[in-house]
Amino acid sequence: MAIDVNTDLLDIYGQKFSSRLLIGSALYPSPKVMQDSIAASQAQIVTVSLRRQSPESGGGNMFWQQIKDLGLTILPNTAGCHSIQEAVTLAQMSREIFETDWVKLELVGDEYNLQPDPIDLVKATEILINDGFKVLPYCTDDLVICRHLVELGCEVLMPWGAPIGTGKGLLNPYALSAIRNRFPQTTLVVDAGIGKPSDAVQAFELGYDAILLNSAVAQAQDPIVMAQAFKAACEAGRFGYLAGKMPEKDTAQPSTPTLGMPFWHQS
Amino acid sequence: MQLKINGQTVEVTETKSLLDVVKEFGASAPFALAVNGQFVPKSQHESWNLAEQDSIEILSPVQGG
Repeated sequence: MAIDVNTDLLDIYGQKFSSRLLIGSALYPSPKVMQDSIAASQAQIVTVSLRRQSPESGGGNMFWQQIKDLGLTILPNTAGCHSIQEAVTLAQMSREIFETDWVKLELVGDEYNLQPDPIDLVKATEILINDGFKVLPYCTDDLVICRHLVELGCEVLMPWGAPIGTGKGLLNPYALSAIRNRFPQTTLVVDAGIGKPSDAVQAFELGYDAILLNSAVAQAQDPIVMAQAFKAACEAGRFGYLAGKMPEKDTAQPSTPTLGMPFWHQS
Repeated sequence: MQLKINGQTVEVTETKSLLDVVKEFGASAPFALAVNGQFVPKSQHESWNLAEQDSIEILSPVQGG
């Protein structure tokens, strides 16, 4: 039986989405390319952030209007936070300004690779969940950290594929697969590290429910076409996963019938 | 009274509310505020009592990944 994206829906804290691509709003060559790329991706969730207001640049109002014009679900992040207090405060400010209790919780543990601090991430998650947030934690692919996050009430986990902005693809498919197998009921999103559409396909083939990316589209030579490519890759990967791949064999098996073979095999 | 707003040192008269201070600084909607690293909800912007050397953050939407 055929499936389509309108019946096979992504579940994020009870909200349903036909797109399995979450997309960032940063690093595009221009605001127009950002809008056109996000539209071309057909993503329904877009990530944004908060920074110090610069009155001379219009206070961020122009950007916010462009994002609102897209009519998408907003996912604020806490990018750049290095402490629990910073992340919690930024999340609270985001909740007020973006009018959402969703937060993509990012807590940098090391500047070298922007790796999430696993210990403080768990502590900040607990504080935010107790404060009524729906936390989407950007985490490493550590199974035990993921377990702690799930036990705290996270319905979504977002382990990295590779460090932010590297485009290296899924560096540890085994670890990502283990998380999938361990938490079959949790919505899993590969966040960060995806560089090309085949990386997205691989994430879905591992059974992941969605991907979140930014640089892979924004920094492509043609962001709009790459956004289209990722849309197609998400659907291909997801449908392929649902279809179930054929059993592998160690030796060749002819696909064309051998019965009735002409010429040399006949006596 | 001396304050810091988004890292800049400013002088204000002590009678001003937090909302007045940030508007005088040039803040325009949409923005959210924190004082000394603590979130201050919009409902408290007018009533919040500022103190000498308080550090105010005025944040607005930007691109994010």
